[in-house]
Amino acid sequence: MTKRLGKQTVLFSRPVGILATSSVVGPKEGEGPLGSKFDVVLDDPMAGADSWEKAESALVKQSVQLCASKAGMETANFDYLIAGDLLNQSTGSIFGVRDTNVPYLGIFGACSAMGEGLSIGGMLIDGGFADNVLVSASSHFCSAEKQFRFPLEFGAQRPPTSSWTVTGAAAAALTSKVGGVSVLGCTTGKMVDMGVTDANNMGAAMAGAAADTIVAHFKDTGRSPHYYDAIITGDLGYIGSDLLLQMVDKAGYQITHNHKDCGIEIFDRDRQNTLAGGSGCACSGVTFAAHFYEEMKAGRLSKILFVPTGALMSPVSVQQGESIPGIAHAVIIENVGG
Amino acid sequence: MDISKSHYKKMVEKASPNSRLGANCAKAFVVGGLICAFGQVLNSLYMFWGANADQAGTYVAMSLIFLAVLLTGLGKYDDLATFAGAGSGVPITGFANAMAAPAIEFKKEGYIFGVGAKMFIIAGPVIVYGTLASMVVGVFYFFFGG
Amino acid sequence: MQYLWAFLVGGAICVIGQILIDKTKLTSARILVLFVVAGVILGGIGLYPRLAEFAGAGATVPLPGFGNLLAKGVKQEIDQVGAIGILTGGLKASAAGVMAAVALSFLASLIFEPKSK
Repeated sequence: MTKRLGKQTVLFSRPVGILATSSVVGPKEGEGPLGSKFDVVLDDPMAGADSWEKAESALVKQSVQLCASKAGMETANFDYLIAGDLLNQSTGSIFGVRDTNVPYLGIFGACSAMGEGLSIGGMLIDGGFADNVLVSASSHFCSAEKQFRFPLEFGAQRPPTSSWTVTGAAAAALTSKVGGVSVLGCTTGKMVDMGVTDANNMGAAMAGAAADTIVAHFKDTGRSPHYYDAIITGDLGYIGSDLLLQMVDKAGYQITHNHKDCGIEIFDRDRQNTLAGGSGCACSGVTFAAHFYEEMKAGRLSKILFVPTGALMSPVSVQQGESIPGIAHAVIIENVGG
Repeated sequence: MDISKSHYKKMVEKASPNSRLGANCAKAFVVGGLICAFGQVLNSLYMFWGANADQAGTYVAMSLIFLAVLLTGLGKYDDLATFAGAGSGVPITGFANAMAAPAIEFKKEGYIFGVGAKMFIIAGPVIVYGTLASMVVGVFYFFFGG
Repeated sequence: MQYLWAFLVGGAICVIGQILIDKTKLTSARILVLFVVAGVILGGIGLYPRLAEFAGAGATVPLPGFGNLLAKGVKQEIDQVGAIGILTGGLKASAAGVMAAVALSFLASLIFEPKSK
């Protein structure tokens, strides 16, 4: 167990390269601050399909194919495909990749899917079980609303604490070849339940888990926040980020100067009326793929801790009065050069 | 995290912005009031055309339900509701919207388990508890009233 | 004048709903149930009809008015047919509204497609 550090962290024996990433998003995301950076911005969130669920799968299919081709590979040549989304039984991922003929590992970590996928993919490669792994994460505003909230045409005001599910799909191709932007290890999160029962305040439900994982990472590795150029949470949004900074500060670490949140980066809340910020598996996925990964490749960032966050709930669990446990998976990503 | 749930609840309340109650109420008042005033105008029209008071009331409800379903189908009713909140939710138009919205949304799951079943996901409870309450009123009226 | 009263009373009932939504975190689906039941009770004890007398559509168009209609219907049925009216009155009185909403919503599902936001 020499690769294991402390209770929750593993450091790989050698860097696992991220050969390529891809991002496919809907029109609203295209109008956001990162709009010009995405690989594909669709004009129609229906993506040519005839239902929201099929549209989400179409986004997954397109992003997976695009990522493979950007990596200079055929999709079929990957050893594993790891995918996660928010729909019941992960149908968003399943029907997006069912034709790929690649060994498939479906994951559910709510909106933390990209972090969970990169962690598992990295471990598979570092363990010598695979040379190339494709990771995918997706969400769709309309399919998520339909499943978790009310029909889209039903007139219900969104409370100011609610977030806006990102329509998009992201993929990342991991490789055993050393060089460039790479995953060096990960801190796998524990479920943290802060007792939040309000499904319209996901940021608050997830902030405790994010703080727990980030603090555990520092303790396990002995690193200080200054080790990283940026500590990037998934979709805490404005409220969750505020709570995260308070809790991490209370635990004795200062990350105010280098903390960023994908849910804050992806939309302009004043212009786009996105309230507490962006959310969904695609939120951290496409923001990492289109923005932070490219910043690292260009050398503007060299070391980041990428911490996608998820709220573990279903409409049934909320209706039965269960509180919402949060989860957050930290992934160490560095540009190792070469 | 060594923070108690009750303390965390306070932190969340402090960090979470409140709804803008004053502005929301003003918008709900104006839009809700206008829908009702429009209903009153329709009522006068139907009575002018010869309906009695009960008939006119029914025609007004039909007219408003028709307009609400049409706006829902055109994808405009939820925009109105984003602005007006309870102003468009509480009038009978909100009830019609609550039936038309799932009917359209769930047509992808077919006309039986989609449209037929899901039409009542929001309006069903209104009918269930409305009619149950009317039974309770009826029992009291039968034994003690009249 | 009746238009002004309809506007003021109808608006005020909606404001009560808005306060409930913003202050209690009740979803609007629950508010609808609450308002109809409140209307049935207020109709049953005879208060709501008095409000409807001077506010007109201001009282009948909001959902408590629908509840009031149920209470009125159940009383009328009991007067006409006796105890069986307890069962038939409410649904009979709401039949026109519910049937119109069912028929039009079904029609809408045939014509319209879900739209993205």
